[in-house]
Amino acid sequence: MWSLPRNAWQAAADGLRALPRSEPDLTYAGQVHPHSPGPPVISAQRLSKHYGEFRAVDGISFDVPAGEAFGLLGPNGAGKSTTMRMIGGVSQRTSGHLTIMGLDPEEHGPEVRAHLGVVPQQDNLDEELRVRDNLIVYGRYFGLPLSYLGPKADELLEFAQLTDKASAKVDALSGGMKRRLTIARSLINEPRILLLDEPTTGLDPQARHILWDRLFRLKEAGVTLILTTHYMDEAEQLCDRLVVVDKGQIMAEGSPAQLIRDHSTREVLELRFGSERNTTVAAELQGIGDRLEPLPDRVLIYARDGEAALEEVSARGLKPLTSLVRRSSLEDVFLRLTGRSLVD
Amino acid sequence: MTAGFPGPDLRLEGSTRPLAALYSRNAKAVIARGLLATRSSNGLVLVSGFFEPVLYLLSMGIGLGALVGELDGPDGRPISYAAYIAPALLAVSAMNGAVYDSTWNVFFKMNFAKLYQGMLYTSLGPLDVAIGEIFLALLRGALYATGFTTVMALMGLLTTPVALLMIPASVVVAFGFASFGMAITSFMRTFQQMEWVNFVMLPMFLFSATFYPLSVYPQAVQWFIQALPLWHGVELLRQISVASFGPATLVHLGYFLVMIAVGMLLTTLRLRKLFLK
Repeated sequence: MWSLPRNAWQAAADGLRALPRSEPDLTYAGQVHPHSPGPPVISAQRLSKHYGEFRAVDGISFDVPAGEAFGLLGPNGAGKSTTMRMIGGVSQRTSGHLTIMGLDPEEHGPEVRAHLGVVPQQDNLDEELRVRDNLIVYGRYFGLPLSYLGPKADELLEFAQLTDKASAKVDALSGGMKRRLTIARSLINEPRILLLDEPTTGLDPQARHILWDRLFRLKEAGVTLILTTHYMDEAEQLCDRLVVVDKGQIMAEGSPAQLIRDHSTREVLELRFGSERNTTVAAELQGIGDRLEPLPDRVLIYARDGEAALEEVSARGLKPLTSLVRRSSLEDVFLRLTGRSLVD
Repeated sequence: MTAGFPGPDLRLEGSTRPLAALYSRNAKAVIARGLLATRSSNGLVLVSGFFEPVLYLLSMGIGLGALVGELDGPDGRPISYAAYIAPALLAVSAMNGAVYDSTWNVFFKMNFAKLYQGMLYTSLGPLDVAIGEIFLALLRGALYATGFTTVMALMGLLTTPVALLMIPASVVVAFGFASFGMAITSFMRTFQQMEWVNFVMLPMFLFSATFYPLSVYPQAVQWFIQALPLWHGVELLRQISVASFGPATLVHLGYFLVMIAVGMLLTTLRLRKLFLK
């Protein structure tokens, strides 16, 4: 699955650049290593989107340098998708500033989107067209010529392992296949920036890992990735840097490791005393570790040394049903910052 | 990494072309998509749209026509009842098709099929989508009009080759309704609101001098009917069908040209409301 011939992306990228493209085209200065962060390709300042009284996005600011994998992490309804839609210029902001590759997406939507690839949260494939036609027709929306789109569509079908489904109807595809087709479709125009709104929701674990690998390769090729997710492991795997978003506001910003360092301890001790006792027993655990977090199903003790904390629990005569010492994760950061877990 | 890949300093130069935010001059991609979708789905939808006015013509023209007999045509000469209502039915069919395509169809593709959501995440702007959809609606309308005019010829209702001009004229009528319909759809939020469209269309169909002359109404009602677009469409096609032209013909045609201009202007102004939320 997801087999892409080596260097095919690069070859295709070269092919695309050789095509006559309508103005305006990219002007890029100098040869900069794709891994080193350059000037921002996306810059948001005090970006807000209100629907009446409801503040879906409430004054967020961030910069994304070219080639970075940037994550927006937060629960459902945090404003992630709305932010993505504003970046694509398909949603109008209420206030604030936003530029994509130097242009305001509201004023220059078609030009900005010529260099964007978008994987929306919900697949919006063209159900009236067959699988391969979905790629071709989508490419024509970018004004790309058929001579380019034919071979490119076949390459992307190969990439998404849908070659034998090329002439199938879209509604005959499984959920995972539709997702793969949506992702393949987003690459038809060789985007410089790829917007992925919860790209692996609904994929099985194997498909997720292979997709992560594909995304990593795109990043290596210099594509800027903007990713929303509520999966911690996905954010940790893919993102160079991320912002934790809640109720339309940025709660914290940094690399996954940095966020864990700043907002959590090195290790976490998870104790389960049974759902009735978790909260009552928390009082007796006071003083162990740096911080205590009683949850309905378990008690978390944040400590530099989890094993030592567990010994202290036993020393106090408390017998948890289960105990687990693990490394801190972004989930803990989120819990710390918002007081609730990410996936409710 | 590899030589030749663009450096990360990506700067786009913005176009200063008017409407650059809304239009990428690529409506043909939307049209190509529509043709491909029609080809790969079955053509049954097309067929049903053709039969509706034909069935009206058969039942009312032949059935009711046997009771009514002849009445005065636009030029004062008597014509059969079927020949009297046929151009009106063509105008109604142009209106119905255009309104359906620009309201229900757009509303559904926007809010349920999410088709436009996909399109608008590409280089296409909302104006490309609007122009493409209106063109497709008019193309379909032209096909129906050709079919209906053929049926009229077969029934012996055409007395002059000038009547063939009903085909382009009905496209003009359809354009007027389609451009306005899309603008109106931009104000709609729910299916209940969409029902209002039908609430306006049905009486307009029944009372716009479609089945009997305007003279049956008292003067005040006549003025009201004459203000409505369908009456102008009916009269325009009826005059063309018997090649009876006068200053009124230009008024009818002008009504639709103004309607198209205002409708397209309004649609363009409302595009952000319609497509970008």
